[in-house]
Amino acid sequence: MAQATDQRTATTTFREAIRTALREEMERDDGVFLMGEDVGDYGGVFEVTQGLADEFGEERVRDTPISEAGFVGAGVGAAATGMRPVVEVMFSDFLGVSAEQMLNQMAKMRYMFGGKTDMGITIRTTEGGGMGAASQHSGTLHTWFAHFPGIKAVAPATPEAAKGLLKSAIRSDDPVMFFEDKMIYEREGEMPTDADFTLPIGEASVEREGEDVTVVATQRLVGESLSLADELEGDVSVEVVDPRSLYPLDTDAIVESVEKTGRLVVADESPLSYGTHAEVVARVVESGFFSLDAPPQRVGVPDTHIPFSPPLEDEVLPQAADVRTAIDRVV
Amino acid sequence: MGTMNIETAEGRLEALRRMCTIREFDDTASELFADGEIPGFVHLYIGEEAVAVGACSALEDDDYITSTHRGHGHCIAKGLDPERMMAELLGKRDGYCKGKGGSMHIADVDAGMLGANGIVGAGPPLATGAALGIDQRGEDRVALAFFGDGAVAQGQVHEALNLAATWSLPAVFVIENNQFGEGTPVEEQHHLDNLSETAEAYDIPGITVDGMDVTAVNEAVAEARTRARNGDGPTLVEAVTYRYRGHFEGDPQPYRDEEDVEEWRERDPIETFFQRLRDRGEITEEEFEAMRSEVETTVEEAVEYARDAPEPEPEDAYEDMFADPAPEIAQFAERLRADGGERGGDR
Ligand SMILES: Cc1ncc(C[n+]2csc(CCOP(=O)(O)OP(=O)(O)O)c2C)c(N)n1
Ligand SMILES: [Mg+2]
Repeated sequence: MAQATDQRTATTTFREAIRTALREEMERDDGVFLMGEDVGDYGGVFEVTQGLADEFGEERVRDTPISEAGFVGAGVGAAATGMRPVVEVMFSDFLGVSAEQMLNQMAKMRYMFGGKTDMGITIRTTEGGGMGAASQHSGTLHTWFAHFPGIKAVAPATPEAAKGLLKSAIRSDDPVMFFEDKMIYEREGEMPTDADFTLPIGEASVEREGEDVTVVATQRLVGESLSLADELEGDVSVEVVDPRSLYPLDTDAIVESVEKTGRLVVADESPLSYGTHAEVVARVVESGFFSLDAPPQRVGVPDTHIPFSPPLEDEVLPQAADVRTAIDRVV
Repeated sequence: MGTMNIETAEGRLEALRRMCTIREFDDTASELFADGEIPGFVHLYIGEEAVAVGACSALEDDDYITSTHRGHGHCIAKGLDPERMMAELLGKRDGYCKGKGGSMHIADVDAGMLGANGIVGAGPPLATGAALGIDQRGEDRVALAFFGDGAVAQGQVHEALNLAATWSLPAVFVIENNQFGEGTPVEEQHHLDNLSETAEAYDIPGITVDGMDVTAVNEAVAEARTRARNGDGPTLVEAVTYRYRGHFEGDPQPYRDEEDVEEWRERDPIETFFQRLRDRGEITEEEFEAMRSEVETTVEEAVEYARDAPEPEPEDAYEDMFADPAPEIAQFAERLRADGGERGGDR
């Protein structure tokens, strides 16, 4: 639920919405600072932080050496001692380089120390294929972090969600991983302009109402599922639910939708085995089994890496056509 | 050394030819990228040719190298075939990686080329491991890692140096200091002036050489190789060089001016080496012209080969995940298809 009192919106891109959230939170709180490779004058790998170094100076928009283990860890240490770092890791594929500090320090400190440490760090990173960037620059890794106890994970699909969730992530005293699908930076939408607008982490959004099938979609696949739903209008009535947060996951909203439609398709770009899809399906089975009229379907990457050559990449990346095939199978 | 023994006149001409091939290959890749024929990211080696060729001319054919995201020069210096390289850049089935890897992952393990790499700093541990295998099998080979100035900030690079030093492995580490890691100048990434001083921490020899001079690089790496083969462990060589193109093709380069590039071009590694050979009477202007046009033909033929090569079949995407395939992949692939067996919709 938007908490803003000012209801005005502006049409903006996904990229600009993220930049707006960063700017507003830096203005609001001196403890917020950005750090990452080429986030300063260069403006970040996908130009998200462009202009912020000019506005806030290079102390608060800090270029780092190519040392993910070091600067992610430094972010964790700064957060543990009262700062609110927003750390950019260019591609989620590089998270492995910094994994130790995230898994054993960031995720565990509060718990191990008996609740005595706040961990107000946000880690922004990019995911997804579609650019011909090959296997080490195209992965979708959010499941790993949503799975790991002690880490919150969000993956917005719209400018509104990007702004609202990033602001909540920065204000949160828990570590939040913020996953940006690199294929939707140019996606436009309405974004509330109020600097007090936030969206709670852990709340799904019904992006389109329908009667026949629930498509739980994330990131790029939200937009593609919405277009597909328009195409199928009159034929099949599709409800599209965007969980927006992967952990915590809004089980109630998803189950409520399936109770209405009786059918479930989960579309997410992560690999299928042991994945985000499986978690959504498990929760629906646990809490809404008797509402299901057909076996739930998963749409994702078929357990391969993302290959370079376009015909190969097109083959493994989930797309609207795959959501269509899954819908056809259940309705 | 192989066919490129720089101590002989013939070997020097071969070194010059390979540098010209790298330049021509990458100039062409730049054009093909601009024309939209090459998908994804391309990082060019133009300006740095003396480093790859100087180092590889000090190696034997069965030595290993690890490369970086900027790998075309290493491939050509190691003797890889421009045709199959170009086919890989175009994503074709006859490329070195059947189109699965592209520019950033060209590899030919049989030729000792353990892969270009999309992860900055990932090569040195792999080279250390290759050297460990050489050591355990008692072979007369070495493993050499190329990596950038930016990569020197990566923890895994230091762990690799420490391991190789502690175990006295037959490894050689070559830093390509091209003055930038993406848009950030080297002095904003490191507290050291000479990156080779890093070697002191591991008590191994460290040397900084002129990376625009192919013979200087060759001498340093040859000595490092001898030391490695004598069981005296690794050496860290820093080659000081410059990249003429942006970090990647399409880089707006807000961090430098064209004049900075011009300054370095005056010491162009190909031009200066040619002049030296010409002054020694080893090649004439005409012969150099002829060499260049031969190289142009080689690269043109590579482009033709790549253009004519078939696209991979979409189903090839499911191959090569495992030696012993996991049934899940076939099952998921099957489910992607509608009941008629077709992959649905407009893909
Ligand atoms: C672990 C990791 N972090 C960041 C990147 C993004 N990146 C690709 S190349 C590059 C700069 C590398 O600089 P350097 O090592 O000096 O090599 P150069 O590009 O100058 O040849 C960066 C930051 C990456 N590929 N891998
Ligand atoms: Mg560099």
